[in-house]
Amino acid sequence: MNKNIIIDRRLNGKGKSTVNRERFLRRYRKYIQRAVNEAINKRSITDTKSGESITIAKKHLTEAIFKHGPNGYIEQVLPGNREFIAEDRIKRSSESNDARSGPGKTMNQGEGLDDFVFGINRNEFLEYLFDDLELPNLMKKENVKNHNDTTFHRSGFINAGTPNQLSVVRSLRHAYARRIALSSKDRRLMQEIKNKLLALDNQVDDVESLQNEKDILNKQWHVLKNKIDRLPFLDKFDLKYMHTIRIPSLSSQAVMFCIMDVSGSMTNDIKDMAKRFFFLLYLFLQKKYESVDIVFIRHHAEARECNEEEFFYSRETGGTVVSSALKLAHEIIEKRYKSNEWNIYLAQASDGDNWEADSPRCSEIIREKLIQHVQYYAYVEITDRHHQNLWFEYEKIQQQYANTFSMAHIPNLNEVYPVFRSLFEKKIGVFA
Amino acid sequence: MTYSISTAKKIKRKNSIAKKSSYLSEGSEWTFDLIETYNLEISYLAEQCKLDTYPNQIEIINSEQMLDAYSASGMPLMYNHWSFGKQFLAQKANYEKGYMGLAYEIVINSNPCIAYLMAENNMTMQALVIAHACYGHNSFFKGNYLFKEWTNADAIIDYLLFAKNYIAQCEERYGIDAVEEVLDACHALQAHAVNRYNRPEPLSSEQEACRFHEREAYIQKTLNDIWNTIPKKENKVVMPNPKFPVDPEENILYFIEKNAPALSIWKRELIRIVRKISQYFYPQKQTKVMNEGWATFWHYTLMNELYNNHKITESAMLYFFTIHTNVVHQPEYDSAIYQGMNPYALGFNIFKDLRRICENPTQEDKQWFPDIAASNWLTTLDYAMRHFNDESFIQQFLSPKVIRDMHLFVLTGDRQKPYYEINAIHNEIGYRTVRNVLANQHNLGNLEPNIQVYSVDMMGDRTLMLRHYMHCNRDLDTEDTARVLAHLKTLWSFDVALESVTPDNKIQKTYTTKTSV
Repeated sequence: MNKNIIIDRRLNGKGKSTVNRERFLRRYRKYIQRAVNEAINKRSITDTKSGESITIAKKHLTEAIFKHGPNGYIEQVLPGNREFIAEDRIKRSSESNDARSGPGKTMNQGEGLDDFVFGINRNEFLEYLFDDLELPNLMKKENVKNHNDTTFHRSGFINAGTPNQLSVVRSLRHAYARRIALSSKDRRLMQEIKNKLLALDNQVDDVESLQNEKDILNKQWHVLKNKIDRLPFLDKFDLKYMHTIRIPSLSSQAVMFCIMDVSGSMTNDIKDMAKRFFFLLYLFLQKKYESVDIVFIRHHAEARECNEEEFFYSRETGGTVVSSALKLAHEIIEKRYKSNEWNIYLAQASDGDNWEADSPRCSEIIREKLIQHVQYYAYVEITDRHHQNLWFEYEKIQQQYANTFSMAHIPNLNEVYPVFRSLFEKKIGVFA
Repeated sequence: MTYSISTAKKIKRKNSIAKKSSYLSEGSEWTFDLIETYNLEISYLAEQCKLDTYPNQIEIINSEQMLDAYSASGMPLMYNHWSFGKQFLAQKANYEKGYMGLAYEIVINSNPCIAYLMAENNMTMQALVIAHACYGHNSFFKGNYLFKEWTNADAIIDYLLFAKNYIAQCEERYGIDAVEEVLDACHALQAHAVNRYNRPEPLSSEQEACRFHEREAYIQKTLNDIWNTIPKKENKVVMPNPKFPVDPEENILYFIEKNAPALSIWKRELIRIVRKISQYFYPQKQTKVMNEGWATFWHYTLMNELYNNHKITESAMLYFFTIHTNVVHQPEYDSAIYQGMNPYALGFNIFKDLRRICENPTQEDKQWFPDIAASNWLTTLDYAMRHFNDESFIQQFLSPKVIRDMHLFVLTGDRQKPYYEINAIHNEIGYRTVRNVLANQHNLGNLEPNIQVYSVDMMGDRTLMLRHYMHCNRDLDTEDTARVLAHLKTLWSFDVALESVTPDNKIQKTYTTKTSV
């Protein structure tokens, strides 16, 4: 009879393939990045939680082996004959169809050239998306936030606690001190007896009575020794436990201002591109900061703070006064987002239209009120027309504040991500 | 948790036979005790059927572990490589989308024979898998001549452990990229890393490690750079230009491992590892139909036997039939899900029909199989399992009835002609042709291109020349061939070329890594 064994391996854990999966991602980094770049254009803007499924053409993945080509004589057995009799002939379909339909399909021994699709999680997605990008002027301004995020910190020792918090060193040290303290008198007496005994040893005469005295002293010494030995090695009140307290945790936080022109000249397409730009920036900030607030400011002739829905979907007509939005942004910063506590990012999207006389005013507000508060100011102009006065006004600011102010032009949807990348590309080499 | 079967249990089992009606279980939930009871019952039945097996080690795993396991060739230990990751991702995606169920079991040709059962399955399914893997496959591994002769069930797990550790060490020492380059190249040549005709020496991991250390130590000890500074004496005697190798070598990786002129020791060792593992899997490739057919036949037989002995309920039996029918389903050639011959179906049909021929032979059977018609079916099936591979098995045992039942027909095609032709169908004149072609179709020698190391340009630029001996005038896939040769070049370190040769020794096409000037 065989000896059979049944083993429960479920506890062994999964994830044996984790390493192999990483190896695969590493090897196909280039392709995955390309897929991610394509995916970002198709992705829903509000979707910040999910991962992404990545598609790589199979031909890039096949591992080559020696295998037969299409030529030559082929003979094979197939199942499920219904209507054929010997010596029937079947017309060979054209070559392109060869692999797909009819009996020809069976001739194609290799795998089809479908796409290879697999999933990556959100973190990996962001990793690929923002690979090689950096946030300029990233300063971690930390402050205590009012919410319930706390962390445990060690804080001294206490007398009561759970066994896992027991501090062995402290407890033993305490026990040692107690043993020394409680036995000090007895040890002193013992020392005295020892001294007396030594003195007796040095006397020569009267051996009998001396011996008696010695015995008594020895007995006393042993009584004391026993007493000391009976001291408990570890007592209940020796036990010391590590104390932990909750401390509200510090977190770095950022606020992102989205400023968009909603005047009649902004079509839905343009807004959609703006939205993608804002969304990318939001994701990127979210990766760098623990919490990110968003403030939406829409403006035509006057500016108003609004919610996301309104920001992207409501349409209003009117003239365009960009400075109104900038002014409002400044007010909000003063009121709610102190620049010593918040990392402030400002992103402005517009089609470049502005009331002629307003552009110098914008420039003035930015120079005097905003630029010193913000980490980064990004302006994107989404238009396929010529630049107008706002662009030229901003160009001057950019020259002056090259570190904090940047601007770019987005002509069409496919350019959104490349422009985003170009704005945040790691500046390699500071050898200016 | 480890359960081993105690004698007390055996006594209990005998009692339950005496009662003759008690079901082993009624619900669909499984427990460890139930698995043990079923296993005991099935092993008893298997013993009655004279199945000789290795001891079983049944391991319960969950579905994610199952995914892990079979993206690494089903082995419990495997070295790391991106291609396993690719497989894992593909399978995971398919599984999550519901395109594919997980394999019901994985069984490893080792001693003890390790079988994985998935925790998500119900009791009936577990019983099926135990019958299929632990008694079907297991007895096949132990009995079939190819496995007996070519694989070493006692040593494989140890060897894989050695391989995994060794490769991990190499990655640490030489970097992941360097190791990957070698492994990629080896994997490309995996199918050409087996000896088809002479048995390779057995392996044992300790010997392997020991041998390796000795070799390394020896080289370290005898390494004396000073010798390299002494100019070599010019050999005045002009050697005749001998052909090297004298005979063509079919095992390309073996040839590289032994003869590549500039290959570091660790790279040779990696080649050796891939080669050894490839050789280990070679019998499985040669006996796909038989192995699966045998296991399927036995789960079918044993489950029916359990039912006949009133050990499992009718509802369990109905569930079993649903699963079994799916397993042995053979889609027709023009169906959307057709993916070639289903080895489970073909093998099962042949074995089942073999039993019928033994028990209820017809006139036709007596004519076709005079020596096995009306013989003892257990002995005949045992013989068929032990002494054949897919090709010879089909050649010997594919009966006209199976050909008729499966509606098999032969299709031939030549690139030169604008049509395919039906050569034979399932009728009196067609049986033999169908059988021959189907057998040939399972001859690995015909499926994979026959490529061998032909010569090395010893006096010139050391080009390694391979020869492709063409079969049925079939050529090679140009793109893949170029890529494999590029891989080969990284191992050989000099140029590599390949000639396709027709049977009358005419060179039809040459591929080379040399860039023409």
